[in-house]
Amino acid sequence: MTAPLKDVTPAERARSTSFYEASARTRLELLLDAGSLIEFIGPEQREVSPHLKIFDLPEQFDDGIVVGHGRLDGSPVFVAAQEGRFMGGAFGEVHGAKLTGLLRAAREIGSIPVLILFDTGGVRLQEANAGELAIAEIMRAVMEARTAGVKVIGLIGGRSGCYGGGGLIAGCCSALAVSEPGRIAVSGPEVIETNRGVEEFDSRDRALVWRTMGGKHRRLLGAADVFADDDVQDFREAALELLGLVGPFGLDRLKAEQERLAGRLRSFGACGDAVDIWTAEGIADAQAVPEMPADQFIALANRIGRTSRDAR
Amino acid sequence: MEDLRFRHPIRARASGARQSAIVGVVASGNLEVLVERVLPDAECAVDIKTAAVGFGEVWSAVIGDFVERYSPGGLKFSINDGGARPDTVSLRLAQAVRLIAENGQ
Repeated sequence: MTAPLKDVTPAERARSTSFYEASARTRLELLLDAGSLIEFIGPEQREVSPHLKIFDLPEQFDDGIVVGHGRLDGSPVFVAAQEGRFMGGAFGEVHGAKLTGLLRAAREIGSIPVLILFDTGGVRLQEANAGELAIAEIMRAVMEARTAGVKVIGLIGGRSGCYGGGGLIAGCCSALAVSEPGRIAVSGPEVIETNRGVEEFDSRDRALVWRTMGGKHRRLLGAADVFADDDVQDFREAALELLGLVGPFGLDRLKAEQERLAGRLRSFGACGDAVDIWTAEGIADAQAVPEMPADQFIALANRIGRTSRDAR
Repeated sequence: MEDLRFRHPIRARASGARQSAIVGVVASGNLEVLVERVLPDAECAVDIKTAAVGFGEVWSAVIGDFVERYSPGGLKFSINDGGARPDTVSLRLAQAVRLIAENGQ
């Protein structure tokens, strides 16, 4: 934590800060216009989990999520950022309630978008039922906010990825931006291996994990709309781009999304590996995708362009 | 879990105008420090909840050294600890004092 140098602009600091490595609060401070973040239910209010004490586990004053409002390029936004290092960014009762409340506030106001910086393994197992309920409430709150005209953008690039209920909530968002280290799925690698065996999915095969759940694959499949390089400034620019792209939400859009997903299954349902999918998408040297630098990959992804503007 | 409380008389008030600041995260080998400007200028309080039981003497030495070095008068520190080593604790306490010394809320 060095003192801010006078000759470093906020944009330069955001450009040189890894989104993956940064804490939830640092991500928000650098993502938003400098000094604009106002936190709701901050750590000084000590709204900690009521459950962790029973398990003799340490609490965190903000229960692992920062919620608040700020400005992005001058315009107001609501923001939420999960801290992936505290209990894997998992959703507990208080953690979930803070996000639900933020989304309901956005629904009431109607015109202010919401940015959710996911970094989560899913439900916090020690708070099983409360955590599951929180996921359901958040999904409902996202859909209600979108129905009221609110854009809900997910940004995914943290160390815990976006798994379990977090993957379900991400699927409800208006649009997603993802970086290479970000992973999006519901069942994680270890869960799949435990339930289906190592031949179904070898969770220790990191290359397999990344090409199945990682940011590049999610972008090429059209699950994520924008691919960001791993720095906070790139995520800021991605968020601004998505806020400009997202259109109105309604039944037509849901039907288009259903059609997009059905088409995806028709096209790639028989593929045994992500590389087969990339090849089927027309990428000549699909094997080279995992090693490709971000700028080259972004150009490739934009050329393939599986994102449908009228879906989601 | 173990709760520890330390109270120290302080020579001088901590500098800065911010009312509170937070650093760190509760994870294995790490801790969070919430610092608030809520005490009289000649007092300092450190309240700790730690997952590592039985290290009261080490905490006492680390806090004593910190108070001597930084003179954090008027500050209350609340710590959630995930089993951090003494050097990490010293670092976070120093970061907290530096952060609350900045201008802002």
